[in-house]
Amino acid sequence: MKVLVPVKRVIDYNVKVRVKSDGTGVDLNNVKMAINPFDEIAVEEAVRLKEAGTASEVVAVSIGPKASQEVLRTALAVGADRAIHVEADADLEPLAVAKCLKQIVADEAPQLVICGKQAIDDDSNQTGQMLAALLGWPQGTFASEVAPEGDAIKVTREIDGGLETLQLNLPAVVTSDLRLNEPRYASLPNIMKAKKKPLDVKAVADLGVDVAARLKSVNFAPPAARQGGVKVADVAELVEKLRNEARVI
Amino acid sequence: MKTLVIAEHDNQQLNAVTLNLVDAAAKLGGDIHILVAGQGCGAVAEQASKVSGVQQVLLAEAEHFSAQLAEELAPLVVAQVQQSGYQAVLSPSSTFGKNLSPRVAALLDVAQVSDVIEIKAVGSYVRPIYAGNVMLTLESKEPVQVLTLRPTAFDAAGQEGSAEVVAINATETIGISTLIGRELSKSDRPELGAAETVVSGGRGLGDGDKYVQVLEPLADTLGAALGASRAAVDAGFVPNDYQVGQTGKIVAPQLYVAVGISGAIQHLAGMSDSKVIVAINKDPDAPIFQVADYGLEADLFEAVPELTQQLG
Repeated sequence: MKVLVPVKRVIDYNVKVRVKSDGTGVDLNNVKMAINPFDEIAVEEAVRLKEAGTASEVVAVSIGPKASQEVLRTALAVGADRAIHVEADADLEPLAVAKCLKQIVADEAPQLVICGKQAIDDDSNQTGQMLAALLGWPQGTFASEVAPEGDAIKVTREIDGGLETLQLNLPAVVTSDLRLNEPRYASLPNIMKAKKKPLDVKAVADLGVDVAARLKSVNFAPPAARQGGVKVADVAELVEKLRNEARVI
Repeated sequence: MKTLVIAEHDNQQLNAVTLNLVDAAAKLGGDIHILVAGQGCGAVAEQASKVSGVQQVLLAEAEHFSAQLAEELAPLVVAQVQQSGYQAVLSPSSTFGKNLSPRVAALLDVAQVSDVIEIKAVGSYVRPIYAGNVMLTLESKEPVQVLTLRPTAFDAAGQEGSAEVVAINATETIGISTLIGRELSKSDRPELGAAETVVSGGRGLGDGDKYVQVLEPLADTLGAALGASRAAVDAGFVPNDYQVGQTGKIVAPQLYVAVGISGAIQHLAGMSDSKVIVAINKDPDAPIFQVADYGLEADLFEAVPELTQQLG
């Protein structure tokens, strides 16, 4: 079973995000970038499936500017066999990304696509579901456990209020939640080896997909700052304030 | 404008988030219809028909809708949009809505706008990005506005309506996915997402036993739901569905009591819309104090039992 893992280059999750003063975007100058954490979990899961003998090959794909190749190398260092970079200038919307991925799926014919459930920059949480829709495949979103069984896969999903287990016919799309696994650190020898693994580059135009933006960003702003309150000296003062000032108890 | 609101339910009870969606739909203007798709869910349609401001409830019943699978529901929603000319499809940004809505949008070939917290006008929305660190105002000219909305950002519609319930034909089964089972946490407490008061614990509690010993009496006294920071969930104190934050539940209660929670950005993104925030933490520099209305710098193992006693 071949597994395809789409990965996205995003601002590192430890970086404090700042909005440009003119409100036209987020300041990405000299900011550390990294593989989207949910995608890292997706790569790890695919590599584990290969190590368990279930997956035959793990292919990572990224759609974005040239620098996206950095996160593909990260995926290769973790254990992906090869990578495909679809070069695109602009930040594509989830629907456009899903359409590109559909073309990659047509070329590669994977039995399973594992995506991160969302990218931590735009937090859309759409691409995996959209890809499944366009392919007519079943979807196992927000997965905390996956277990392939013959021509099907069991996916345990994190839902509001608990867990749910689905059985999906293969081929299928799975999107990873935080608890699916703990990604390994790439070792230095594997990072070196990753530099020699195959990385194909395609132009987005060659996929024959309409990737024009449908949405227009009008303004980026920091959230309204919440007014910090007061420190209370002890429990008695806290109870007094809650009763008589805030009147919430 | 003609808006279709997708009801979230369990075939017996209409989930309260549906009321918030109707309030959001009213901001778009025009007619509001609710789609109830399931099996043996007539009671849900009945409840939906009483939501104020709703003109019509569409009831689609079939065995393959019972489990609320996106693969089965998406074609039904698409068929309704195409047959009846809906210009907007609204789902909650719950795990149900986040699973279903993008599948609908892709089949309609329109861009979706996720997790909307403000509707300025038809096609003009505000949504949080970067884990709530940035508010993005954006415009969509898509012929069908497919949105997921954060329920706590909208008021709940009233329940004094009398919409007609119309049975509609079910779409054919797709049959590529099956529900095997659900394990839902059982609790006598109010549901975290809808509670008036939330008591939430972080890594400062030390372990799962102390979480229970220290926080449960306080939650019992306040009639509160229990929540947790991601650090506490990752450390195994409590199950995942306790998690408040960008990667967990977004809550906006009247009173939020944060105990032993440092206040990581991703946690603040899930609770900073609470009306009153109380923080109890022994670290004077904990970021949670910057958003708390009332901060108590104290050892939580002494302060929380004392608070429980004084409130009792």
